[in-house]
Amino acid sequence: MTDVQQEPGKSLTGLTKVRRLPPEVSILLVLFGIILVFEVLGWLIIGQSFIANKQRISIIVLQVAVTGIIAIGVTQVIITAGVDLSSGSMVGFIAMVAASLAQVSTNERAVYLSQGWVDLNPLWAIAVGLLLGAFLGMINGFIIAKTKIPPFIATLGMMVSARGLAKWYTLGQPVALLTDSFSWFGHSFPVMGFPVPRPVIVFLIVAVIFHVMLTYTRYGKFTYAIGANPQAARVSGINISNHLIKVYTIAGLLSGLAAVMTAARAESAQPGMGVGYELDAIASCVIGGTSLGGGVGRITGTFIGTIILGVVTSGFTFLQVGAYYQEIVKGIIIIAAVVIDQYRQNRRRKTS
Amino acid sequence: MVSPSTMKAVRESGAVPNAEYVLEVEDVRKEFPGVLALDNVQFKLRRGTVHALMGENGAGKSTLMKIIAGIYTPDSGTFKLRGVDIRLKSPLDALENGIAMIHQELNLMGPMTVAENIWIRREPKNSWGLINHGEMRLRTEELFKRLNIDIDPMVEVRMLSVANRQMVEIAKAVSFNSDVLIMDEPTSALTEKEVTHLFQIIRVLKAEGKGIIYITHKMSELFEIADEVSVFRDGKYITTKLSSQVTRDEIIRMMVGRDITQMFPKETVPIGKVKLSVKGLTLDGVFKDVSFDVREGEILGIAGLVGSGRSNIAETLFGVTPASSGTIEIDGKLIAIKSPGQAMANGLAFLTEDRKDTGCFLLLDIQDNTQMAVLQNRYVSYGFVQQKQLSKDSSIMAQTLRVRTPDMQEPIMNLSGGNQQKVLIARWLLTKPRILILDEPTRGIDVGAKAEIHRLVSQLAGQGVAVIMISSEMPEVLGMSDRIMVVHEGRVTGLLDRKDANQVKIMELASH
Repeated sequence: MTDVQQEPGKSLTGLTKVRRLPPEVSILLVLFGIILVFEVLGWLIIGQSFIANKQRISIIVLQVAVTGIIAIGVTQVIITAGVDLSSGSMVGFIAMVAASLAQVSTNERAVYLSQGWVDLNPLWAIAVGLLLGAFLGMINGFIIAKTKIPPFIATLGMMVSARGLAKWYTLGQPVALLTDSFSWFGHSFPVMGFPVPRPVIVFLIVAVIFHVMLTYTRYGKFTYAIGANPQAARVSGINISNHLIKVYTIAGLLSGLAAVMTAARAESAQPGMGVGYELDAIASCVIGGTSLGGGVGRITGTFIGTIILGVVTSGFTFLQVGAYYQEIVKGIIIIAAVVIDQYRQNRRRKTS
Repeated sequence: MVSPSTMKAVRESGAVPNAEYVLEVEDVRKEFPGVLALDNVQFKLRRGTVHALMGENGAGKSTLMKIIAGIYTPDSGTFKLRGVDIRLKSPLDALENGIAMIHQELNLMGPMTVAENIWIRREPKNSWGLINHGEMRLRTEELFKRLNIDIDPMVEVRMLSVANRQMVEIAKAVSFNSDVLIMDEPTSALTEKEVTHLFQIIRVLKAEGKGIIYITHKMSELFEIADEVSVFRDGKYITTKLSSQVTRDEIIRMMVGRDITQMFPKETVPIGKVKLSVKGLTLDGVFKDVSFDVREGEILGIAGLVGSGRSNIAETLFGVTPASSGTIEIDGKLIAIKSPGQAMANGLAFLTEDRKDTGCFLLLDIQDNTQMAVLQNRYVSYGFVQQKQLSKDSSIMAQTLRVRTPDMQEPIMNLSGGNQQKVLIARWLLTKPRILILDEPTRGIDVGAKAEIHRLVSQLAGQGVAVIMISSEMPEVLGMSDRIMVVHEGRVTGLLDRKDANQVKIMELASH
């Protein structure tokens, strides 16, 4: 074999190189467009800026941090051509469990008061939350890999059961009065007079870690391979069952993390927490360019998709649009984003 | 020329012209990108006869049938139905004009009943405009009685055996009052008893004056059921004979009788010690008692018809469908292969038959497609892909194989079939295999890329790789192989040395 020196800018065979923009560019433009619309409407309708407001930005990011963490786990699930409907219910159940391990001893109605499991180090609550999430996720993965039933059904079952567990855990009672050291994780800290909520920092770290994982590790490459063509992945030597179990376990772990953050932020937990989070998370992925057909998707896209959902919610509140209209329009935006993305991809396929 | 709708009206009025030939096509030509599938062929079908079509894989039989069934439109040629010129535009057109095709892969809807499947789109209605299930059942029973089929019309199709589904397909085709029935290898999934039943049905249809086109690879069936036989080869029409006036050997000679003009760059390389030894390999219900050796530097060709089990043997060797029994030895050591991962760990590589279904990751780029297999064992440290080194080695490999692409970030779906195939070969060569299994390595790719792949396979053998090459193309098998193993109906029917092998011998062993 000959040693080949490839000059930069010159192609492999002398054919002209195609310049490719990262797929996130169009979705980022959508985000800027939405912000611009709110900015203009803001000045027209209520005479103030939408974006030049520290408080508002802080609220936007805090709102999306929790569903963002879930969406990152769901992104890798969707890349394998699967789906995870159980994340919202897992948040409810795990928030209850984690909160119950973070109660103060002065609370007479504490769940584990008689066992003396109060005033614990917050790391206990966090560790149990993460492990429980990973365990439930592993059950999802195991069922999907071994029984070959569709992920939609497997995680739908988990969604229903986990919500049941959340209610059963305290027989419907909320868990309140948590230790300050636990609630600390949900609070904000000032950076140059700018309140930064800790869940947002966690979200950013998780996003970076998973971007690296999906782009630069074997785990990531195999995830894309399984979604793009499971038969070819199998013939390439990939153990699909094992890999799917890993993917769903990690998705569960991130749901656990989101649950802990939710409980810490609310300084309490109740069985109804996290309802609908799974759909917001899936919507974020899809808006960010992840294909439900599998094989396509990036964390950067999901990150932007998450922000879009947050901006839209916050923007309507800012314009004092009623909550009913917000939901109506949110649904339309989800569909519009995907239609635009699909149209763009079809056009690219035709021109190249 | 008469339009299909006029023809349909004429047919419905019952005044069908009584031509000697129910179907006549002449000078039909069909070109696909890079391939001339049909080169001015002709075909004539008499009413009340069974007309067999014979030819190797790729001879053009299926293309011609698809043209007759309205699935493809010919580039040129005349098409006469009952003596009248006609031009079909769609399969529905063909069906309404009395041409029905029974596909090799069945097209029934499993969760619906037999009756619903047969009368779909033509369901009898009651006066409310709703489907009249009783009437539908009666009509089905009547139809089945006529054809001597014993199936409950109300049972769901998915509960039926493959043979019974085939009967339903045939009944459905007959229910259109078709004059021409096309059967594409209808017995490939049937037992002997079921074949007898099928032949009874065919005789009933024949007596009703229908013309039946019968595609088969099985000589014995030809002589049992067919009145006439037409032979095709390389997209050309060879001849038509009465089956009573032709012998089995004559037909084989006509099917394969082309000169090997294509050059195969087969190099003579030193053949080393036995690398892979397979004994009594069996996959229940698919193939049985397969034994062979492959040596270092040797190319073992595997010939056989589609469906003979040759690809299944390869899949089992590679752990895709682990064997029911039998042993596999590599370098004299007994090894168990239960998954592709294990096969790769033992130095095997497997280029699959179907580029699209089991080869390419169509959504991913060339780089990812090239590196996916090697990541299993190399170029990874602490879970991280050593992308720089891997990208360098991959693009060197792609250049060596002359993959024509601007860069490695191009999506693989934008490449031609030949280039995709080269990327998949690059994928396996990166794993540095010692045993390379190639299943149809040059199917559907152009002549230039073909020659490059042949040269490469020869080079690999020269480097001591043991190669197993499955191919439907006789010249390829004959030109490239040191030895040729012939498979028929899941059994090895012969193992020929290069010097003893020729097309006639292989065809004989491959079709009984």
